[in-house]
Parts: sequence; structure tokens; C-alpha cells
Amino acid sequence: MSGTFATKPMALTDGSRLITESLVRAGANVFIGYPITPANLLYLYATQRFPKMLAAPDEITTLQWMTGFAAAGHVPVTATSFPGYALMVESINMAYMMELPMVIVLAQRLGPATGSATCGAQGDLNLLHGTLSGGYSLPTLCISSFDDCWMLSAEAVKLATKLRTPVVLLTSKEMVMTRMSYDWSDLPDVEPIERKTYQGAEPYVPYAVGEDLVPDFLPVGQNQHQVRITASTHDKSGIIQNVLPEAIDNTRRLQEKLDNSIPSFTFFELDEQEGADTLIVSYDITSQASRAALRLLRDSGKKVSLLVVKTLLPTPDAYVETCDRYKRVVVAEENLSGQLRRLLYGARDRDGVSGVNGIAKMISPVEIVQEVLR
Amino acid sequence: MTTTPFLKEGGLPFCKGCGHSHVTNNTEKALQKLGLHPLDVVLVTDIGCHGIVDKSFLTHTVHGLHGRAVALAGGVFAGLEDPTKKVIAFIGDGGATIGMQHLVGAAHRGFDITVVVHNNMLYGMTGGQPSDFTPCGFKTPTVPDGQSRPGHDICELITAAGASYVQRLIGVGDYSDALATAFSTKGFALIEVMELCPSHGIKMNPGMKVKQVVENAGLDVKVFASENGNVYSPPTSGKSKNLLGTTLEIEPMYTNSLDKRLSVVLAGSAGGGVQSAADWFAKAAMMSGLHVTLRGSYPVTVGVGFSASQINVSPEPILYTGWPTPEVLILTSVDGANYAQATAAKMQSGLLIADENLDVPPTGAEVIRVPFSARVGTRDNSVYGLLWLLNRERYFPLEAMMEVLTEPGRSHRVKLEKLLQF
Repeated sequence: MSGTFATKPMALTDGSRLITESLVRAGANVFIGYPITPANLLYLYATQRFPKMLAAPDEITTLQWMTGFAAAGHVPVTATSFPGYALMVESINMAYMMELPMVIVLAQRLGPATGSATCGAQGDLNLLHGTLSGGYSLPTLCISSFDDCWMLSAEAVKLATKLRTPVVLLTSKEMVMTRMSYDWSDLPDVEPIERKTYQGAEPYVPYAVGEDLVPDFLPVGQNQHQVRITASTHDKSGIIQNVLPEAIDNTRRLQEKLDNSIPSFTFFELDEQEGADTLIVSYDITSQASRAALRLLRDSGKKVSLLVVKTLLPTPDAYVETCDRYKRVVVAEENLSGQLRRLLYGARDRDGVSGVNGIAKMISPVEIVQEVLR
Repeated sequence: MTTTPFLKEGGLPFCKGCGHSHVTNNTEKALQKLGLHPLDVVLVTDIGCHGIVDKSFLTHTVHGLHGRAVALAGGVFAGLEDPTKKVIAFIGDGGATIGMQHLVGAAHRGFDITVVVHNNMLYGMTGGQPSDFTPCGFKTPTVPDGQSRPGHDICELITAAGASYVQRLIGVGDYSDALATAFSTKGFALIEVMELCPSHGIKMNPGMKVKQVVENAGLDVKVFASENGNVYSPPTSGKSKNLLGTTLEIEPMYTNSLDKRLSVVLAGSAGGGVQSAADWFAKAAMMSGLHVTLRGSYPVTVGVGFSASQINVSPEPILYTGWPTPEVLILTSVDGANYAQATAAKMQSGLLIADENLDVPPTGAEVIRVPFSARVGTRDNSVYGLLWLLNRERYFPLEAMMEVLTEPGRSHRVKLEKLLQF
């Protein structure tokens, strides 16, 4: 008998299980959802594990109930795919303007429209980039492995609560449905996020801020201070003010509070090989193929580096800065137009930048290897 | 009864003669009659002229999207879990048109909230377009000849949906008692206040009084429901305290003979146990110290058509779960053979093991025919196919597979001895 083998017990699990457990341990206590493929397992596990689980009659109601729960002091979660996400867009804008925490797990599938429910894709980065009217950043963390299912889910809850914002936890069909053997015996601990609330004696000004640009939170319904929450352009006291300077400054602050804190939620994996002139850039499910491609290339003597990006929005400067160190940049993603590539390079790739693209099947390691060696 | 103010001083933001002022003042009076404090109340408003009133209230205020106040209020109510708090949603007939789903849903679920519909029979804020509540013949700036169909009777609709208290009233004078009753009813309450918009409604329908408009529309001014509505049940807690339990863990206790990754595709019919068989094979592989990935494919109509699974096993951690050309393709039915045609065609080597009566698709793999169904029937031919493969190739011991198959609680339609005849 030949072959080495693992000596520890492993679990046969899907990513949905890890995501759900991590979200709950991090302090998300209510799941509100509408059934949709491929988020089915997230919905199922939520019924088993979340302290509260509500089945909504549609995705607009889902996001509205979530916002109500958030206003009352909870950290709500939902899981959906493009068709449901599209219905949620206006309400996500609302929660963003209201500055209420929530996590939206978006499990991508092949579109447009109904498309193919059981086929994965990486087609929604553009939509996430454009979700907020005005072009503000909707914080988006993207899972690239089972380790990320655990780690990034907790970070999403932390980010949503700390910065008082909806956060998208991006993934795709393969990660949430395909099962793998996984050693979960030494996962880092996930502790529930500490919620800070306004403790002052002065009357509460709902959208007044300090240096971190994040207003102190108070739930509606408590008896100490009046709370005003609104989705209209508003002043510090939460009253509609059309286009007066204080209200415009408040709107600007929605982006500034994120830009202020980017280093605290910038996650990526960078494996740099000395002497490499080529960088593979990847996110989401294609990261698996990229890691396999890296191994194949290095085993054959080709020097190459890999950047797996996990914080997609706002997009940290570090990514393009890293790419700038390489003559060639190969961006691999499961969509046709190269959405991450366009996010980094706009309408025109610089010399040496190219993509590996496709739909209706996973990008394979061999395709990435071929592009690197071209 | 208190005299605690619920409204700021300085007047209300509405046009002269607008019924919304009466709703606001009657609401304050009703809340005072109930002896409440402003911070006992969460007022949820949305988009429309009625919605700009929140700045005048001293209660908690949540101002949301057009037509969505009832859903938002439902979330606030369910999130607060505090029966001493009053959650009130103000909407217009325009909001009730776009948000009809939320009204029906809230009544259906028995959310303990009160919805006050400011029905002036048109979209006031945007210039007077007709809503689904505009009565037949009623004129608005965009239907100057009058609306051509009747409007909704929201009171009938919401009563049928399961509300606990529903009343239509004319928005004139003192109706604070009606509001107080609605606010203090347990369960979903709706008060529809009939009004005329002075800027668009009255202008386009000169001389009409709201009472007459309502009568002409055939709408009853009465209490429609006052008890026995649906009652909200809070969601029950998740029973599991940990999804990563040790019962899901598999301990390696056998060895294996693989020195590189192996990919097996099993394709058959729904009802042929394909997914279970693949699951057991994967677990037996893990018991033999191998890393595995497992992906099922089947149509949405899970009880009919094909069922397929791709199992990757490897002595090393598997990075890429995708579908390379498999080393082994097992076909147990026509559905499976049809589904896996492209896969079979891609195979230039390896094994294609097919049930003896199947037409095998073109392939470069070595084809072996085995009488799966003849030996064990169609419901066990998948697990049999994998056992047959394992017996031939010995990737890992049959004992590992038998251990999985004989786990307590695992039922079999076919005796295990029959599965082990090769």
C-alpha cells in the first residue's frame, strides 16, 4: 500500500454549513430569507441554527424585515442569488442610508435573469459595484475557500456592526453546495461582536459622529432617547433636509466612514515568488483553480505569483499597487467581460494585463496555466 | 389619559385643508387617551405627503421606502419583542398600492402593529396620478375624464387576510377613539381614513365632499373586523447549538492505494440511489485516509430524470473541485448515459463501466459491461456499481465501504450479501 494519508478526523461538509455556524457565533442572531437556488442549504441550516429564523414571502419583504430587526438592535442575515438580490437593491440602499447593520450572503449563479439555477458563475461584481445609487461602496467580502467560509463570515458581521452598514458576503454555487473533506478541528475561535451603544447624558443625535465617522447606535423602542432613522437625505438629527450642506455632508460621510477604515477590513492572500514576472489574480471560486495552476506552474519551473482578493469593495489600492510590480497580470474569473479586471483597469487594460474568462463551467487550472505561458 | 405631547410645537407641514393634519392630531389624542409616552411608540412612515410628518413627532421615527412602511414596521415589531411598545405605520393609498403584498402579509401573520392608511384616492406627492384606490369616475390631473374602474376595498381585503381590527372612517372631526381602539387591539389593525387632497383631488373634482365620494364609490364606513384575527407566533429557536458536530467527523482507520487524484462520475436515474451511493463511497474513502470532494447534479424535479455525482478522491488535499475528465465513468441507466455523453466523449483513457443493456455513448475509455440491474435491481444499482469498481481496483478496502453501509440506521432494500457478489 502506498500513499500518505491524513491522520486527523475530517468532516464531509459544504461551505454553507461553515458560513452559517460562523455567522451565528459572530453574533448574527436572526436569519430572514426567501428560498432560492443555490442558497438552499444556507436557508436550511439557518432554520436549524439561527436563534430566530423568519420565512419572508418575497425578497423585498426580506430586506425590509431585516432593516426593522436591525433598527431594533439585531444583526440580521439573509442568503440569496441574483434574482432575489435584484429585488433587494432599493432596500439595501435604504439600509445603507439608514446606517443599519446586516449581512447579505450572495451565492452567484449563471444569469442573466433566471439563467441556470444550478450552474455557478462570477457574474455579479458589476451589480455590487453599482448597487448604491451615487456609486458609494457597498462593502463586499468574497469567499475563496472553506477557511474563508469560516473567517470571512465572522468578519462580515464585525464589519457590518462596527461601521453600521449592510455588507455583502459574496460566494457562488460551487462553494456553498459542493461537499469536501475538511479539517475543522482547529478553526480559530469566533466570538460574538460587542455592540456599542450611545451612553451619553446629552440628547441623542442619531447621525452625529466622532473621529471614526460612525454614529453611535441606539435601538428604537428604548426609553432613554428618541431615535430617528431615515432613508431620505438627512441632517444629523435624522430629518429630511433635501440639499442643505449638513445633509450633503452626511451623505458624503457614508463613503468617508468606509474609506477611513479600509485597512481594518482589507483581506487578501498574496503568494509572491522571487523572480516572478507574472501575477495571477483571482477571487471567489476561481481561486481554487488559481491555486492549483500556481502549483502546476511552479512544479514545471515557471516562476509566478498569486493574488487572491477577498475584500472586493471598496477596492483597496493595494491590489493595483501589487499588480504594478508585474510585467504580466492574468486575471481569472468565471464571467465573460472580466468584471474584476475592469474594476482594476477600467476600459483599457495596460500592456501585459489579460484575462481568463468563461461561463457555464468552472475556469480550470489548465486554462490559467495556458494563459500564463502564452 | 395624559396630556404628554406627542407632537412638536410649530404646526404641521401639510397643505391647508389636507386631511393628513387631522390624522396626525387624532393620532396624538389617541395615544394620550391610552396613557402612553412618546418613547413607547415607534412611528414608521414612508414616501408620500403623509410621510413628511415624522419630523413633527416626538416618538421614535423610522422613515423608509415608498410603500414599504408596513413591512418595515413588521420587522421593527418582530425585532422589538416588546408588547408594551406600539408600532404604528402611516401609509398613503399610493403606498398601499405598491405595498399591497406587505399589507396582506402583515395581516396574514398577525403582526401586532396598526396601519393608518391616508386614503386621498390619488398619488398626491407626485402630482395627482390615480392609484389602485381611485374610485370610478374620480378625476385626477392625469385622468381628467375620471378613473375608468373602481378602486380597492382595502378593508374587505385585509379583513379576509386575517386582520384583528379593521375600520374605514371619514377623515373629518374627532376619530381618536377609533384610533385608540386600533392601537390597543392585539394583532394586526388597519384604519382607513378617507380624505380629499386639497391640491389635486378637490381641484379636479370641485364641490365634491369626501363623504359623498366614498358613498358614490360604494365603500362602507364601518368596522369590518374587531376580533379573531391571526395571531403572530414568534419564530422558534434553532434547535442546533453547533453545526460542526463530531457526529459529522470521519476518522481514518484504513489505508489506501492511491498515489494521485482519482475522479469518478456516477450517472444514473432519480430513484437509483446515486447521491447516497456517492456519499457512502466518499465517506469510505475518507475512512481510508483520502481527501474527497463530492458534487451532485440533478434536475429540479428531483424525483425524475437523471441523477449524477462527481466524486474526487486524493491522497493530497484537493484544490480544484471542478470536473476534469474522470478516470472512471459508471452508467447505470439510459438517463445517466444521456446525461454523461459529453463526458464519455472526452475520455481518451480510463474505464467506462455500464449496465449491460445500455447503449454506450462514443468514448475512448475501456468499456466494461456489468449486469448491475439484473443482479441487484434498479434501486441499488448505483451502490453496486461503486462496490464493483472498488472490488476490481482496490483503491481502498471494501471493508471501509461495508463499515459505512452497516452504520446503525442505514436501511437497505437489498441484502448486503447480494451487493457483494461480483
